[in-house]
Amino acid sequence: MGFISNDIIIEKYLRKDMLPTIFCTGCGIGSVMNYALRAIHDLNIDMNETVFVSGIGCSSRVPGYIYSDGLHSLHGRAIAYATGVKLANPKLKVIVFTGDGDCGAIGGNHFLHAIRRNVDITVISINNFIYGMTGGQVAPTTPLNSKTTTTPYGNIEYPIDLSMMAKVIGAPYVARWTTAHPVQCISSIKKALQKTGFSFVEVLAPCPTSYGRLNKMGNTLDMTKHFKESTINIKLYEKMLADGKTTDKMVIGELVDIEKEDFNTKYNKFCGELK
Amino acid sequence: MIHVNTNYCKGCLLCVEYCPKKVYVKSEKLSKKGVFPPEVKFPENCIKCHLCELMCPDFAIIVEDKDDK
Ligand SMILES: Cc1ncc(C[n+]2csc(CCOP(=O)(O)OP(=O)(O)O)c2C)c(N)n1
Ligand code: SF4
Ligand code: SF4
Ligand code: SF4
Ligand SMILES: [Mg+2]
Repeated sequence: MGFISNDIIIEKYLRKDMLPTIFCTGCGIGSVMNYALRAIHDLNIDMNETVFVSGIGCSSRVPGYIYSDGLHSLHGRAIAYATGVKLANPKLKVIVFTGDGDCGAIGGNHFLHAIRRNVDITVISINNFIYGMTGGQVAPTTPLNSKTTTTPYGNIEYPIDLSMMAKVIGAPYVARWTTAHPVQCISSIKKALQKTGFSFVEVLAPCPTSYGRLNKMGNTLDMTKHFKESTINIKLYEKMLADGKTTDKMVIGELVDIEKEDFNTKYNKFCGELK
Repeated sequence: MIHVNTNYCKGCLLCVEYCPKKVYVKSEKLSKKGVFPPEVKFPENCIKCHLCELMCPDFAIIVEDKDDK
């Protein structure tokens, strides 16, 4: 299917009085917002029945630009708020935008337990490997040896892999792409939005201002190229494994796509049995 | 028609890099925002793939397309 012009996205989904966005030159967050809105448009999702939820961070500013109801909540708590919204009014489509710090550090427990409960929400995590908003501190996703303002000599802590976490805890839909994969991102966000249960899409995104600058990675063009080179598609990766080879590259693609009864369905059944 | 909104454009040049038909070049003139926006140099080469609009993080490009719904 072909792609539509941005004017449709801007007119229908964005708060024009808020534009241009506050994001730095070449920041990947705007791209992820564009991909998500295109997925929503393709699926004809009713914005009157949709709530966007976020925590705190540059990534968490996304709902503020979208012409829909939203909750810009507390740092790390987006998924907790989203769970509340979904349980209070299961008719609503609930979409979370969260940074890697918001989702994996301070919000890590909410992330784990919403997956465990299989709450029917879609979480889009913008992973720029750093705390962008607060000036570039180390995040739990920061790769080994990377420089941040709090690891000026290089990071010695092993990073966590958000998508793999989502997978092992049992999320029924997990995909990871980079901002340099617009077509795949849109397609995965569409699948995530259609999945009943916890769906997770992680998008690796450049933060040229903090992560890029501190690690001398150049501008967003260089960073985008680096993302393409430092990732490997799951299909290729599985083939490599079968051939007895391995790689340090980060695996991208559709990582999980299964059916699994969600929390609301279980809850309703349970209430029915009690009657 | 290709429109570049120089009020939204931050000069990252992803559009220049990723257009498969090399429609854009970096402008030599600063925009009023203080960046070098893309200049639509070869519009006749555009195949309306919309990749530039997808790659632009700032919703700054509109490629007019009569097929849009
Ligand atoms: C309870 C609390 N602790 C710390 C902060 C400071 N703080 C704001 S944003 C942020 C990290 C943001 O990182 P991330 O979630 O990765 O978002 P990014 O800015 O990188 O998109 C921190 C630590 C806060 N606002 N509230
Ligand atoms: S600090 Fe980084 S994440 Fe935040 S807006 Fe700037 S480039 Fe984007
Ligand atoms: S629509 Fe495609 S060919 Fe036309 S300017 Fe954009 S990227 Fe280039
Ligand atoms: S991609 Fe967008 S913001 Fe970047 S230079 Fe092109 S028009 Fe400007
Ligand atoms: Mg971050």
